[in-house]
Amino acid sequence: MGEFALGQPVSRFEDPRLLRGGGRYVDDMVLPNMAYGHVVRSPHAHARILKIDVSRARAAPGVVAVLTGEDWAKSGFGDLPTAGGKKRRDGGKMYRPKFPALTSDKVRYVGDPVVFVVADTAARAQDAAELVEIDYEPLPAVTDSIRAAEAGAPLVHEDCENNICFVHLEGDKAKTDAAIAAARHVVRRKFRLSRVYAATMETRGSIGDYDRAADRYTCYTTLQRALNFREELSATLHVPESKLRVVAGDIGGSFGMKSGVFNEVGMVLLASKTLSRPVKWTASRSEAFLADAHGRDNHTEAELALDERGKFTALRVRSVNNVGAYTQPGSDSGSYSNLGTLAGVYTTPAVHVDVTGCYTNTNIMRPFRGNGRPEAAFVIERLVDIAADELGVDPAELRRRNMISPDAMPFQTGLSFNYDCGEFEKVLDGALEMVDYKGFEARRAAARERGKLRGIGISYTIEKAAGPGFEGAEVRFDRTGSITLVAGSVTQGQGHETVFKQIVSDRLGIHPDEIHYLQGDTDQVFLGEGTGGSRTSALGGSAVFSATEKVVAKARRIAAHMLQVEEVDYAEGVFTSPKTNRSLTMREVARSAMSPKNLPQGMEIGLNANAVFHASRQNYPNGCHIIEVEIDPETGVTSIERYVVTDDVGVVMNPKLLKGQIVGGIAQGVGQMVMEEIRFDDQSGQILTGSFMDYAMPHAELFPHIDIKAMPTPTKTNLLGVKGAGEAGCVGALPAMANAMVDALSHLGVKDIVMPATPERVWRMIEEAKRAPA
Amino acid sequence: MLYDVKMTVNGAAVAGQVEARTLLAQFIREHLRLTGTHVGCDTTQCGCCVVHVDGVAVKSCTMLAVQAVGRSITTIEGLAAADGTLHPMQEAFREHHGLQCGFCTPGMVMMAVDIARRKPGADEKTVRHELEGNICRCTGYQGIVEAILDGSAKINAARINSAEA
Repeated sequence: MGEFALGQPVSRFEDPRLLRGGGRYVDDMVLPNMAYGHVVRSPHAHARILKIDVSRARAAPGVVAVLTGEDWAKSGFGDLPTAGGKKRRDGGKMYRPKFPALTSDKVRYVGDPVVFVVADTAARAQDAAELVEIDYEPLPAVTDSIRAAEAGAPLVHEDCENNICFVHLEGDKAKTDAAIAAARHVVRRKFRLSRVYAATMETRGSIGDYDRAADRYTCYTTLQRALNFREELSATLHVPESKLRVVAGDIGGSFGMKSGVFNEVGMVLLASKTLSRPVKWTASRSEAFLADAHGRDNHTEAELALDERGKFTALRVRSVNNVGAYTQPGSDSGSYSNLGTLAGVYTTPAVHVDVTGCYTNTNIMRPFRGNGRPEAAFVIERLVDIAADELGVDPAELRRRNMISPDAMPFQTGLSFNYDCGEFEKVLDGALEMVDYKGFEARRAAARERGKLRGIGISYTIEKAAGPGFEGAEVRFDRTGSITLVAGSVTQGQGHETVFKQIVSDRLGIHPDEIHYLQGDTDQVFLGEGTGGSRTSALGGSAVFSATEKVVAKARRIAAHMLQVEEVDYAEGVFTSPKTNRSLTMREVARSAMSPKNLPQGMEIGLNANAVFHASRQNYPNGCHIIEVEIDPETGVTSIERYVVTDDVGVVMNPKLLKGQIVGGIAQGVGQMVMEEIRFDDQSGQILTGSFMDYAMPHAELFPHIDIKAMPTPTKTNLLGVKGAGEAGCVGALPAMANAMVDALSHLGVKDIVMPATPERVWRMIEEAKRAPA
Repeated sequence: MLYDVKMTVNGAAVAGQVEARTLLAQFIREHLRLTGTHVGCDTTQCGCCVVHVDGVAVKSCTMLAVQAVGRSITTIEGLAAADGTLHPMQEAFREHHGLQCGFCTPGMVMMAVDIARRKPGADEKTVRHELEGNICRCTGYQGIVEAILDGSAKINAARINSAEA
C-alpha cells in the first residue's frame, strides 16, 4: 500500500469527476417544482427606508412570492446570529445589533438586502425585482474604520456610540511601555492593511427546501462547517436542529468567506416555507461584490524597540479594524484571534496589542485566508526590515539575531503563542541558500545595467493552525468489505478526500477506488466542527487515523478468533500469526464481522468505527519566503523574477497537495500586495470595485515558477505530526513582497510602500523620490 | 417570445426554445443540464464558461444561444473519449494538480486544449500570457501552467505520430 501512503505525491481522487464536468455545486442542482429568488438590495450605503411598494412586482409574470422585512418579522424566525464575547474599553459588552435577514427600517451598506422576489424562473424573478419601488432618505455614510470612530461620524447603528463594536487588549502593557521608553532604538510606522475580497470563483448560493408533511427544512448551500452551520441556523430559525438538514455539495472555494449563515439562507428557507416548494438563490458576480463578506481592512500603528545589539526588546501595536455593518459569529475574529503572529519567531520579551473594532457602512467582514495572520505577519516583518534599514544591518542577519533557538522550546512568546517546536534558523538558511542570497548584489547590478531596479525581500512568518478543537471521522465497512468514509470537515478544494483516503487505504489495505468519501451532510456526519484555520490535516486527519486504529484493534480480535490463535500480527491489510499458515485480509475480516458466528463471544456485529480527535494545543507552521523583483522605472511595472519558500508544516501528507496549498496562498498574498483592493467612495459609500473589471484579480502572468522546499519539524500536538498548511503561503507572501519592492526602490529614498502597489503608484513613488531634495 | 434553436452539442443534435436573451452558457446549463460549464462572473473576465464552438474556445456567457444555431459545440462533458478515457489535457491537470475547488477547471481545460491547438510548443511564458482570460483563485496557476505544458506536448506528439502513421 506504499503507493498511497502518507508522504506520497498521490494525484487527487476527486479530480476525474471534477475534470469531466461532474462537480455538483449548489447552482447545478435543480429540484422538482423549484422557484428562483432574486434579492433587491440597497443602492445606498446608509439611508432610512421610507416606503416599500412591491405591488407591481407581485403582479409581474411568474412571480410567486415577494418577501420584505415585515414578512421576516412576522415569520417566527429570529435574527441572524452575530459575534459576541468581546468587551468595549469601558468593560461594557460589545455592541451587537439586531440582524434580520431583510431590513425594514434602515439600510446600512450598499447591498443590504431589502426585498426577496421569487418567481418560476430566475429571469422572471430578476425582471420583477426591477418593479419593486423603495423610497429612501439617504444619510451620511462612513466606510473607513478610523473615521467611523471619530466624534461626529455618522452612526451605523444609532445606539452604538462612536461605532465601536469592541476593544481587544493582549500582552503586557506596562512592561512594553517601559521597554519602549528605555529603548536605544525605536522603529515606528503606520500601516494600512487594505480591504480585499475572497472572490471565490463559485459565488455563494443556497436552496431552501421545506417539507411541509415532515415539517423539516433542508438547506443546500455553500459553507465550510456543516454542523456548526446547522447549529447557528437552528438559533436563527428557532427550530430544533433535528428539523434541519444542511447539505454542502462541491464548494468552489471559500477561504473563510462562505462559512457564515448569510441573509440569503434565511430568505430561501422562509420563501420555501411560505410556498411549500424549493427556492434557489445564486449570486451573480456583481451581486457577490455587494453581498459577500470582505476581508482584512485595518489601520495599524506599530513600534519595535531594539537594544544596542539589535535585539528586539518590545513591540507595541495599535490597530483600528473595520467590522462592516453587521457581524456574524467569528466574523470579527481576524481582529483578535491571530495576533500571536505579531510576536513572530523572535525572542521579543514584551509585546502589547490594542485593537478597536468599528462598525462602518460596508459589507460584513469575514475571515479571509489567514484571518489576521497575514495582517500581523505584515506588520512584524515590515518592522524588522525597516529596523534593519535604519540600523544598517542585513535583514537576514537581524532576523537571525532575534530568532528563538530550538533549545529554547517550548517557548512562551510575549503574546498568546507558546511554541512547541521549530528550527527557524535552519529554515531561514535553507531559503537563503535556495535563492543564492550571497549572489544577490551581482544580480542587482546586472539588472541596473538593463535599466531595471532589482530588489530582494525576506519574510519569516509563523502562525497558529488547528486551534484547540475537535474533529470527527467514521469508517463504515459495507457488507462486501468496501468502505464509506465520513468526515466532519468540508473541503472547498483542499483535497481532503485524497489525504483521508490515503490514510484509510494505507492503514486498512483497502484500495482508494473502493472507498466512498462522504462529507458536508448533517444527516450523515455524526460529529465535527468543519473546516477553517488550517485545521483539517491535524484534526480531521488525526480523527480519520484514530478511526482506522479502532477498526484495526477490533479486526485483530476477530482475526485471532477466526484463526484460533491468541494474537495476530497486522501489516498492510493482512492478519497473520506464526502459529498458523492461514491468514486473513482486512476485507475478509470485515465481511466475516457481519456474522456473529465469526465473532468472539459478546462482540458487536460489524466493523465500523467512529472517532473524535481533540487537540488541546494548536500547532505552529512557519517558514521563510524570499522574493526577487524587478521594477521598470519607466512604467512602474513590477515583475517577480524569483520566488523561493522553505516551509515547516510538519510531516508532509502529500507533497503535491502541499505545494498546491502554498502556491495558492502565495497568489492571494501577492495579489493583495500589488493589485487587489476593495475601495469605496469616501462620500457616498458606493463600492468602486464592484466587478472583475475594477477589482484586479491575479492572473497566471503575474507569477514566476515558485520553488518550495519542505523542511519539517514534526509536532506532537496531533497523531500525525502535521502542522496546518492552508494559510501559510498567504501569510508569508504579503510581507516578503512588500520588502522586495521597498528594497528595489530604497536607493531612491523610498522607505515604505502602500498596498496595492500598482504600477501607477510605484511609478509615482519613483517620480516623487526623484524630485525630493536629497 | 421564444426562438427555436438547433445545434450540435458534444456530437449529438440538440434543440430547444429560448428567449432572445438566453446566453449560450444558460442554454447549456439550464436547458441541456450540462452543468460542467460554469459561470463565475458577468463581465467576461473569469473564463469558467469556456466551451469550443466549431473547435474554437469561446466564452459561452458572452454568446447568445441564438447565435449558436447550426454550430457545433463541445463542452467539458464532451472532451473525454467515448469509452470514458480522460483527454490528455484532463489527465495532465490531474497529474500536475492543476485544480483544487474545480470551479474554474472546465473553462481552464477547454482553454488549455485551445492553447495546445493554436500554440503548439508554447513555452511557460506564452502559456501564462495565453491564460489572461481565465481566473483561478485556488491554485496560484502553477499546477495549471505545468499541466498545459505537459498536456500540450502529449497532444502534439500524438498529432505528429498520427500524421506520420
